[in-house]
Amino acid sequence: MLRTIDEINAKIKTGKVVVYTAEEVVGLVKEKGVAQAAREVDVVTTGTFGPMCSSGAYFNIKQSTPKIKCGGGRVSLGGVPVYAGWAAADLYLGCTALPDEDPRNAVYPGLFKYGGAHVIEDLVSGRKVKLTAQAYGTDCYPRKEYVTELGLADFNSAVMFNPRNGYQLYNVAVNLGERTIYTYMGVLRPRLGNANYSTAGSLSPLLKDPQLRTVGLGSRIFMGGAEGYVVWPGTQHVPEPQRDANGLPLTPSATLALMGDLKQMSPRFLRAASFTGYGATLSVGFGLPIPVLDEQVMAQAAIGDEEITYPIIDYCEAYPLGRPGSLGRVSMAELMSGQIEVEGKKVPTGGLASRARAREVAGELKERIAQGRFFLTRPVAPLPGAQLIEG
Amino acid sequence: MVKKKLVISFPPRLIQEPVTYHLIRDYDLQVNILRATVRPRERGRMVVEIKGEKKNLDRAFEYMESVGLQVDPLVQEMRYYPERCVHCTACTAVCPTEALTVDPASRELVFDASHCIICESCIPACSYAAIESQF
Repeated sequence: MLRTIDEINAKIKTGKVVVYTAEEVVGLVKEKGVAQAAREVDVVTTGTFGPMCSSGAYFNIKQSTPKIKCGGGRVSLGGVPVYAGWAAADLYLGCTALPDEDPRNAVYPGLFKYGGAHVIEDLVSGRKVKLTAQAYGTDCYPRKEYVTELGLADFNSAVMFNPRNGYQLYNVAVNLGERTIYTYMGVLRPRLGNANYSTAGSLSPLLKDPQLRTVGLGSRIFMGGAEGYVVWPGTQHVPEPQRDANGLPLTPSATLALMGDLKQMSPRFLRAASFTGYGATLSVGFGLPIPVLDEQVMAQAAIGDEEITYPIIDYCEAYPLGRPGSLGRVSMAELMSGQIEVEGKKVPTGGLASRARAREVAGELKERIAQGRFFLTRPVAPLPGAQLIEG
Repeated sequence: MVKKKLVISFPPRLIQEPVTYHLIRDYDLQVNILRATVRPRERGRMVVEIKGEKKNLDRAFEYMESVGLQVDPLVQEMRYYPERCVHCTACTAVCPTEALTVDPASRELVFDASHCIICESCIPACSYAAIESQF
């Protein structure tokens, strides 16, 4: 044990904390070695910015006079239907939800220009959206129709709650078929026309603490520009994936459920995206601070882009039909070079997650910690399959 | 030798004008047609790369203007909005001419309009409407 979370927080308070980004420690460890780097650095900040479809927000609206019970009724925000199957005034808006009149893929490939994600982006950008509610009316909530315009400040609460974010490891997508396909991994040209990847590589939060030794339920994080928390394992979290010698997962692995106050978030780190032929989604900026509690934390946080590898998957047949196996593995360094080789063919690569914006997330989190504006928390419970370091 | 990429717009009355023929034959220019759309009774548009002696190019411009063709530099046809771009770089994998590339240090998108042939492959690949075609 090199230091505890309490000791790190004490150093944040006095401004003596030493913070590096996950990209910066790669070079530091190469120069000075793991032991020295672990002694010098208290916190490593990570970051990612990319489309995360299992994102959305719940809202509580101020009551109208007379009162209305949205639960069991039909409600939309910005023309996008929201889930209202709760009490009188709670609503959930998922980022992939679409207006009823959107043609979807009836006109193929669909454009999906405005969905739940766009409503969220409008709200965090300071724009108002229209709320329409139809209810059946009760003795205590007699109102049956309610239409109003609401900005983010007009809600009693607006909370981002994402059941699955921060995927630890993601596929590289290619298309072995004969026609262009439109997927959540972007436009994939036929006959290995391109290869798309969605990861921040050596900045990626869960890849820099691959065995989840410092992150757990209750970890405070950077989320959409605000503070948020890891509240639960994400859906489809895999507790015991296959791992390489560095402890990095080789197969689908950890995910996180995240929460944060939407009212504090910024459109710089929350952006609506329209995937042609696939749908609307939300790109989320998420960063995790990793406390350097022992040397192994530093060794794993310093794993570089050359050592992180991803499976290459065909999205024409293998993925939709759920066939196991891959077309091989490539490293983040190869992906970032702009070209990889698949089945003997040179294939251009394109990203879906932004490395530039991921760097901004990690840099912003570093600055907040260094300036005493962000303190670390000790997780209250580990994620399934993980063991937390005491500290 | 001078090389220029141009968009030539034809009003309906000039759709029958054999512009390419004149450019090659009368002004000794190399003409590479990158893209063309012609709709009868509407306007026609042609994206060309023209190469030749400067004085010939100047005379060709005079000719095109004199008959009433509108000639614009190519740059304005694809518009890149950096403030909307998140630098995901998905567009770079489908761009056939390396007009869209990634700066290896900053990992930010670089749009070099001089390489663009307005194929519009980037438009469905961009999820943030950061590139629009005016063509």
